Amino acid sequence: MTDLTRLTLAAARAGLKAKEFTSSELTGAYLNAIEVGNPKLNAYVAVTGEQAQAQAKASDAKLAAGQGGPLEGIPLGIKDLFGTKGVHTQAASHILNDFKPEYESSVTSNLWRDGAVMLGKLNMDEFAMGSSNETSYYGPVINPWRANNSNAQLVPGGSSGGSAAAVSAWLCAAATATDTGGSIRQPAALTGTVGIKPTYGRCSRWGVVAFASSLDQAGPIARTVEDAAIMMTSMSGFDPKDSTSVDLAVPDFAAAVERGVKGLVIGIPREYRMDGMPAEIEALWQQGIAWLKAEGATVRDISLPHTKYALPAYYIVAPAEASSNLARYDGVKYGLRDTGKDITDLYELTRAHGFGREVKRRIMIGTYVLSAGYYDAYYVQAQKVRTLIKRDFEIVFNDGVDAILTPATPSAAFGIGDEDMKADPVKMYLNDVFTVTVNMAGLPGIAVPAGKDGAGLPLGLQLIGKPFDEETLFAAGRVIERSANIDFSPDKWW
Amino acid sequence: MTLIDTRTPNPKSFIKGATGDWEIVIGMEVHAQVLSESKLFSGSSTEFGSPPNANVSFVDAAMPGMLPVINAECVRQAVRTGLGLRAQINKRSIFDRKNYFYPDLPQGYQISQFKDPIVGEGSVFLDMGGAEHIEIGIERLHLEQDAGKSIHDQHPNMSFVDLNRSGVALMEIVSKPDLRSSDEAKAYLSKVRTILRYLGTCDGNMEEGSMRADINVSVRRPGGEFGTRCEIKNVNSIRFAGQAIEFEARRQIDILEDGGSIDQETRLYDPKTGETRSMRSKEEAHDYRYFPDPDLLPLEFDQAFIDDLAQHLPELPDDKQERFIKDYGVTPYDAMVLTLERESADYYEAAVKFGNGKRDGKAVANLVNGDIAAYANSQGLSVFETHIKPGQIAGIVDLVAAGTISSKGAKDLLQVIIAEEPEGEPAEIVERRGMKQVTDLGAIEKVIDEIIAANPGQVEAVKAKPTMLGWFVGQAMKASGGKANPQALNELLKKKLGIE
Repeated sequence: MTDLTRLTLAAARAGLKAKEFTSSELTGAYLNAIEVGNPKLNAYVAVTGEQAQAQAKASDAKLAAGQGGPLEGIPLGIKDLFGTKGVHTQAASHILNDFKPEYESSVTSNLWRDGAVMLGKLNMDEFAMGSSNETSYYGPVINPWRANNSNAQLVPGGSSGGSAAAVSAWLCAAATATDTGGSIRQPAALTGTVGIKPTYGRCSRWGVVAFASSLDQAGPIARTVEDAAIMMTSMSGFDPKDSTSVDLAVPDFAAAVERGVKGLVIGIPREYRMDGMPAEIEALWQQGIAWLKAEGATVRDISLPHTKYALPAYYIVAPAEASSNLARYDGVKYGLRDTGKDITDLYELTRAHGFGREVKRRIMIGTYVLSAGYYDAYYVQAQKVRTLIKRDFEIVFNDGVDAILTPATPSAAFGIGDEDMKADPVKMYLNDVFTVTVNMAGLPGIAVPAGKDGAGLPLGLQLIGKPFDEETLFAAGRVIERSANIDFSPDKWW
Repeated sequence: MTLIDTRTPNPKSFIKGATGDWEIVIGMEVHAQVLSESKLFSGSSTEFGSPPNANVSFVDAAMPGMLPVINAECVRQAVRTGLGLRAQINKRSIFDRKNYFYPDLPQGYQISQFKDPIVGEGSVFLDMGGAEHIEIGIERLHLEQDAGKSIHDQHPNMSFVDLNRSGVALMEIVSKPDLRSSDEAKAYLSKVRTILRYLGTCDGNMEEGSMRADINVSVRRPGGEFGTRCEIKNVNSIRFAGQAIEFEARRQIDILEDGGSIDQETRLYDPKTGETRSMRSKEEAHDYRYFPDPDLLPLEFDQAFIDDLAQHLPELPDDKQERFIKDYGVTPYDAMVLTLERESADYYEAAVKFGNGKRDGKAVANLVNGDIAAYANSQGLSVFETHIKPGQIAGIVDLVAAGTISSKGAKDLLQVIIAEEPEGEPAEIVERRGMKQVTDLGAIEKVIDEIIAANPGQVEAVKAKPTMLGWFVGQAMKASGGKANPQALNELLKKKLGIE
């Protein structure tokens, strides 16, 4: 029998339906793979084996009766940011020590409704703050990919590094992830997987631990564009419990995957050609343009003039919201509590011990930019920038552009404990330079693996779409995936 | 907020100081709990008096990933209140987060409205007695969440937290600094409470904490520049509000007259000592870091939404008062008293209109504001809460109007209904108990003739001094067992005695 974990989600689904194997077998294969791989990769922070087996058994009963939902029996990994009832939910932070919610997030509820099986909770940057998965209380996630002829450990990107690594290393069929400034697309690009951040409002944020409410969106990381589309269809949907969720019908995204790009206008923004950008990234971008042209798309140079303000504005808006969102972790109600002589001590000790360095840094930045006397200069100004960035995109889309092609990241995966980035957090923040604009504008963006760098590490391209037009992204993403025709399987070393 | 003085200094309200007169300037922030089944952003019950932490949802407890969803009824209540305050209704308003740490504030922020409130400028009219009517400006009304309650007396070194109130909707009604005396402040609180109760948007029960006031007090030379203000927090009775203002104004005047200056600060009023004391200074004031709550979209509605609420608004106290004066001929004072509570006004009106009758509104008002109010007061009730039914009042007034009983008889009849026959029907009581006044002249005439015949001396006397008629009226009334119609008796006696 072939290794069931190597099947794409679509293939596994077909196999289950055709009764070639059972969900119990598939789930068992993944649990074994986790047992072997996780001590090396550190992708999971909690494995829910017994629950997974029970869910798989229930799915098998349905499948045997010819019933079941669109994800019936498919084993998934869930980012630790999603509230899962009775199961470890800590946003990879010590401050939520032992927290197990009494509720299930809307997105994961949708997945269980459609028959999916939960393998466990996936590692991530603490409170989704990071681009390398090194800020987790549970330690860094290791990228399954290594450079040619090297044993050096690389980061999988972040914050959804556990999701990307687990999908890439066959520790789950697909995973949930979240993206506030690039946290789905950047790790997907660094691990040779597909990740899509849908339009803001497409997925409910209810039950997902908040980082920056106006930017956070859930989305999937999967091995193929089709798998991502299948996941997206199940995860999406209006939720009256989230006032920012949008009441729109959810299309069958998988049906759009093979639609092609014939007749589409693809914009190439000149502002994304950054100084000092590696030639490999530029070459990959040109390659992507050529593939889309070859399939019948028209390519047009466009301008998004406020792009250069996106990253600084993002690092005002996101920390501002985070500083307020994380105020609830005070040691009073749940999670970690360190006590002292009075309530002030309780707050200070709990938060000092409960939050890691990067989270503290962002709480301090956020508190500062919202403070009296600074609010107008920072927060208000950043909101104005945000409006301008949004307008940049509107102008281009109104002008007939259907989607925008950019690099997904400025480089391939880098080393764990990179000294440069440790010394200067802004260097780390630059990882999101191509992705944050999309969050600031609330648009959908997909990262698709498109090539490898000189060291054999995966590189991705990003497609940005119109609001609620994820279908075009799946179609164009599929064209890139098909045209690249590269096997993005890491060499197994774990 | 730019401060504009809309008032002309009134010497009546001045406070005498050692160095001359002072004028108090007062602005109010009334926190009124919205009457609604559930909280502002969660489905939890708002019921008062539930066991601690019984009315707490995941949202109220600020569990990770929980999100607020606006309760439409609270929005309607705020708009109704805005209409009742004759205020500008803002079709687009924004919820902001007010950030601070406190154990009974689970989110670490209060959701409130800072820059763009749901209701803008409006006004409240106060009737200060006599011909004095003043208009108090409303600056704004906004919606916000209440916090929970910290309980410090249950454990030697721990505090407990009750989140039942956490997330309950409050309306903060901010006045302009238009009030100039503790009497005006008390009248303002009372009027606002009356309006809220008429609208059914807040029960106004200050003892239960569903209405409380933060009072900004400053003093100045009459008509001069506004002084530095102090804010007295969380005053929970109208009487205390008056006392707190009096104390605070005197405190500030003493400081200023001693050559000192007022520090802007937050103070607390202690009803036991009758004093205010410092709670925190301006330097200790929080930086609340307000910013728009990203979990909530701007609150938007259209004119039709407002129009619909306006159309179904109950008649407001000012309008009702005017109508009572016009339609029922009652005095402005009676109208004011009758309309203080919506239920009392309804009670009065039900008596006037009982059984499709058309009776003298003034007579009904006299009875309601007179003997019935006296009885109600003695029982600690409002008139409408007594057992006396509008139908009984109508019955009594009708009996007087028909001459069946005298106004003295009406008092007696009411006493019977109060003390002996709570369910009694007035006409039936009068009939059964023989309380009818006698208007049959034939029967009275015989009595009068006998009295005249038996008292020739008095007859002489009355001819010389006509006011002696009273003696004859008294004798005749006594002989009739008090049932004679006094007017008929008078007429007849005059005729028989030949006096004019």
